[in-house]
Amino acid sequence: MANRHEILEKNSILLSVAILVVVAVGGLVEIVPLYYLKSTIEKVEGVRPYSPLELAGRNIYIREGCYNCHSQMIRPLRDEIERYGHFSLAAESMYDHPFQWGSKRTGPDLARIGGKYSDEWHREHLKAPRNLVPESVMPGYPFLATASLEVPNIKGHLETNAIVGVPYTADQIENAEADLAIQANPEADGVDAFLERYPKAVVRDFDGNPNEVTEMDALLAYLQMLGTLVDFSTYSYEDQANMR
Amino acid sequence: MANDNKTIDEATGTETTGHEWDGLKELNTPLPRWWVMVFYACIVWAIGYTILMPAWPLVSGYTTGFLGASQRSQAIAAHNAAVESRSAAGGGLVDASLEEIQGNQQLLEFAMANGRAAFGDNCAACHGTGATGAKGYPNLNDDAWLWGGSLDAIHTTIQHGIRGEDDDTRESPVAYAIGMQAWGDDGLLNEQQIRNVSNYVVSLSGGETESGADLEAGKTVFAENCAACHGDEGKGSQDLGAPNLTDKIWLYGGDVDTVVETVTHGRKGVMPSWTGRLDPVTIKSLAVYVHSLGGGA
Repeated sequence: MANRHEILEKNSILLSVAILVVVAVGGLVEIVPLYYLKSTIEKVEGVRPYSPLELAGRNIYIREGCYNCHSQMIRPLRDEIERYGHFSLAAESMYDHPFQWGSKRTGPDLARIGGKYSDEWHREHLKAPRNLVPESVMPGYPFLATASLEVPNIKGHLETNAIVGVPYTADQIENAEADLAIQANPEADGVDAFLERYPKAVVRDFDGNPNEVTEMDALLAYLQMLGTLVDFSTYSYEDQANMR
Repeated sequence: MANDNKTIDEATGTETTGHEWDGLKELNTPLPRWWVMVFYACIVWAIGYTILMPAWPLVSGYTTGFLGASQRSQAIAAHNAAVESRSAAGGGLVDASLEEIQGNQQLLEFAMANGRAAFGDNCAACHGTGATGAKGYPNLNDDAWLWGGSLDAIHTTIQHGIRGEDDDTRESPVAYAIGMQAWGDDGLLNEQQIRNVSNYVVSLSGGETESGADLEAGKTVFAENCAACHGDEGKGSQDLGAPNLTDKIWLYGGDVDTVVETVTHGRKGVMPSWTGRLDPVTIKSLAVYVHSLGGGA
């Protein structure tokens, strides 16, 4: 009995299989349950899929590599809560494909940046960060304000998201193209219908240029909604289902 | 089976494991006893740990553990404790009025420390680390206050913001403007009128005007259009958020070209509301801190 390990030691294939089984235990116990446990994502009020303009802004965020320096997850730690606000919930990134959590923080966490600064501040700061924050090491993105927003197939983009589980309605997909422009123009027809499709969305001329929907409009629409959706008055961290 | 082959190795005097490959034998050097004991103790500890702490996934949930530990609850508890101890250590910042805080040395020191930290995290992005401001964002060290520099006025501004999303936000209560009118873009003044009035405005604080500027014409334009908010003498109004134009302190720049730009396109500086994002004690501390920088009337 004591020397049965000889069987493993003398059969390389068997040894490889056995190693695989042992190593897989950790993954099976820690990762697999996250896929079938419904309690992984908290039930909260207020989180909705991204509006087309926000989604376009999110793509610019990813394109420019903002995630290389900015995380989007406030950890449940005292100092994080004090600096950035309520810790992030899984529900807040359930429609993210891919998520932007990150752990690299050359810049501050952006999970609750929405509404913290004015559009004008963001515009100036994105163009020339050191005009406002002299100690900043962030590069400038002046071209965003002049680059016309071009999303070749926003409808298809929403549909693709729907395939991977984002609950876009037929109404939302149908109006995607129009919604892209409506959110950047408070004067537009259909703002009310848009707000019905995307509750709590901010409709503003984000870039201060009413004649054109620019990449700046899209990026600001995204930044200004980050972390603003959850209705925390109906969320209790003490609820058994929300325990982590 | 292999046990039969156990021998003592001659060179080292150590027992072999009995394994032999092509004449090579493996020495049996057991792990130190203390190490083995620690290893077993860890296994026992791990079993106890999974019973006490959240651990095993089940079909529709997971074992929550007998201690009811939750990282989120701990973080919130630590945060609440910090907020509370801050209030307690400050001798009741919660209930004290702004004036009481200023009059009480202990409260004041506390509010100042708290305010300085919160300023760095939240306000410095616009107003600068030293509160010296930037173009479009007021310097808080000087005596010029757009919406009032008293303790209460500063407190209200921080609470509700300026032209923000808050229902009680500060706005210029004038029919056309959430902010300064775009006199040029909206076609209310022509280019010549704007040039004249800009020269006049610059002259109010003794600035350098353009040669050949018609200050008299500018003065007329000012009286007819600008005086409603900025006052007949250009001294401004804190009720309307209209800056004093005679004090040589400029938010966007005081040369003629910049003033022309301001008059042509208007200005709509926005400050977000901080109620909700920051707790009341922090907002009070910020008001006291900012007031200490350059507060007045």
